Amino acid sequence: MAEEKEPLFSKKNRALLSDPLNDNNPITVQVLGICSALAITVQLKPAVVMAIAVLFVVCASNVTVSLLRNLIPSRIRIIVQLLIVASLVIIVDQVLKAYAYDVSKELSVFVGLIITNCIVMGRLEAFALGNGPWRAFLDGIGNAAGYGFILILVAFFRELLGSGKLFGEEVLGHKGKHMPIDAVGLDEAAAQLLDMSTGLYALGYQNNGFMLLSPMALITVGIIIWAQRYKNRKLIEK
Amino acid sequence: MNFFRKTLDKYKPLFDKGGKYEKFGPAFNGFDTLLFVPNHTTKTGAHVRDGVDLKRVMITVVAALIPALIFGMWNVGYQYYNQLDPNNMPGMMELLGYGALKFLPMVIVSYIVGLTIEFAFAIYRGHEVNEGYLVSGMLIPLIMPIDLPLWMLAVSVAFAVIIGKEAFGGTGMNILNPALVARAFAFFSYAPFMSGDKVWVTDAGVDGVTGETILGSLAAGNSAGYSVLDMFMGYIPGSVGETSVLMILIGAALLLFTGVASWRVMVGATIGGAVMGLIFNAIGVNALMDFPWWQHLLVGGFAFGVVFMATDPVSAAQTAKGKWIYGFFIGLLAIMIRVFNGAYPEGMMMAILLMNVFAPTIDHYVIAGNIKRRKKRLEENLKAA
Repeated sequence: MAEEKEPLFSKKNRALLSDPLNDNNPITVQVLGICSALAITVQLKPAVVMAIAVLFVVCASNVTVSLLRNLIPSRIRIIVQLLIVASLVIIVDQVLKAYAYDVSKELSVFVGLIITNCIVMGRLEAFALGNGPWRAFLDGIGNAAGYGFILILVAFFRELLGSGKLFGEEVLGHKGKHMPIDAVGLDEAAAQLLDMSTGLYALGYQNNGFMLLSPMALITVGIIIWAQRYKNRKLIEK
Repeated sequence: MNFFRKTLDKYKPLFDKGGKYEKFGPAFNGFDTLLFVPNHTTKTGAHVRDGVDLKRVMITVVAALIPALIFGMWNVGYQYYNQLDPNNMPGMMELLGYGALKFLPMVIVSYIVGLTIEFAFAIYRGHEVNEGYLVSGMLIPLIMPIDLPLWMLAVSVAFAVIIGKEAFGGTGMNILNPALVARAFAFFSYAPFMSGDKVWVTDAGVDGVTGETILGSLAAGNSAGYSVLDMFMGYIPGSVGETSVLMILIGAALLLFTGVASWRVMVGATIGGAVMGLIFNAIGVNALMDFPWWQHLLVGGFAFGVVFMATDPVSAAQTAKGKWIYGFFIGLLAIMIRVFNGAYPEGMMMAILLMNVFAPTIDHYVIAGNIKRRKKRLEENLKAA
């Protein structure tokens, strides 16, 4: 492998970062990693944690495999890759359990299932095995960011429309037991005591329960794909 | 009439090719052909002459819905005053008026939201506005609870038209019945407004009076609580369109007489429902299973679904044999979902949506079987010759 000297952020390398964000997005174009996009996008917090975890695993495994690429016999390369990915996932799992136990519980098996995330194995097979560590690192960041971006976008809409919250904060107002009543001298504390609805809920707004079910994640991803192809015409299949 | 024609003709050049508002041409034409029979003729090629076009088919279905619609509005008023004081029932027109006051806003919202989206897509894509929504827009309010907040109706309609229809390419391309997509969306999104024992009659604010549907009370293990005549005539709680089997049968007669709907689907579904009902009657371990099979066909949305939803020519199976299979399984599954799944006392919606998905597969195998049979016949003929 004769690696020519080229600047760290040459045009080719920058494309490694930017391509997966739009033209070659792992979720909306390659349709990989759909399971986790359905399962953990009910709320923003787990989605963000998941995005970071995948970012770490993809980058680290890409770099590791890329460093070892000339030593791995090609007949057993899948097993070696799996071992590397599995060790990294265990590290992520342990860190989450130690420092973010509640999120770890919410994500439950889906942290372990990063091992089987097609994006991870796909990048190792398609890219890290044939490229140097720096390029593999950039490719990892790009793909994980493309994945995480869609994940967070879906989770944003699902949490906002499904439970009226963002990161657990009630952004659309509080949904109380009672509709507000106009009483003379009723101050905020009294309204809270009576558990009255505020904000949009006071106008009769209701959360959309369908948003919390996984079919709606699929439809949300579908709408994102629709919007992306509307803007980016070259993605439309003939 | 002449005045309308003249006005339309006056403004037509503005919307024609090269005109000032060329972009809005499809919307203008859609409006024009809705008011007047289009006068263009086929210019090339062989074609079959037929007076029926999509608009006339759709208007026939809307006409078939009218008996159920009027009775449904009356029933809304009847159920309301029945809660207040059954012995002090106002006159028929008053009941009808009360129902109309409740129901017509839903129709208006449904049409405004749905048609706005249809026109917007037609203008953007540059194709003609299709008439499919005339029926869907009428069906949607007929299968929703009467007290559903209008904004929820609007959101459901928007979802059904955009995701259920336009995403697949518009009228004639949808896999699922758009009206049922709207209902399914509302059902899963706003469950407290779409199911339970409070939503099926207008809330009169009377304590202790519930408007539980027959299926609801059976699922809870109680008896039906209404006579068979009530079920047939439709003096029962439920969504506006579905209660009166008699009025639905009048509509069905019109649809069958004009040949708009398929009798195979209707008969197939009735047989399917009856078969499943008989099987459950034979097992009979709970109130829903014990409910006589022929009464199963009278209550809930079964009749309405069979006549107006399952027969939707776009989402149903296309082949004659396929229609039998498609209809049969709708009936079978509807009763099965009712009995087995307590969370969905109304299985008709799920059954039709599920079979909509399978309709192309059924057609595929019916056609493949036909090809195989004819191939065999050809081979035999060749051997004989």
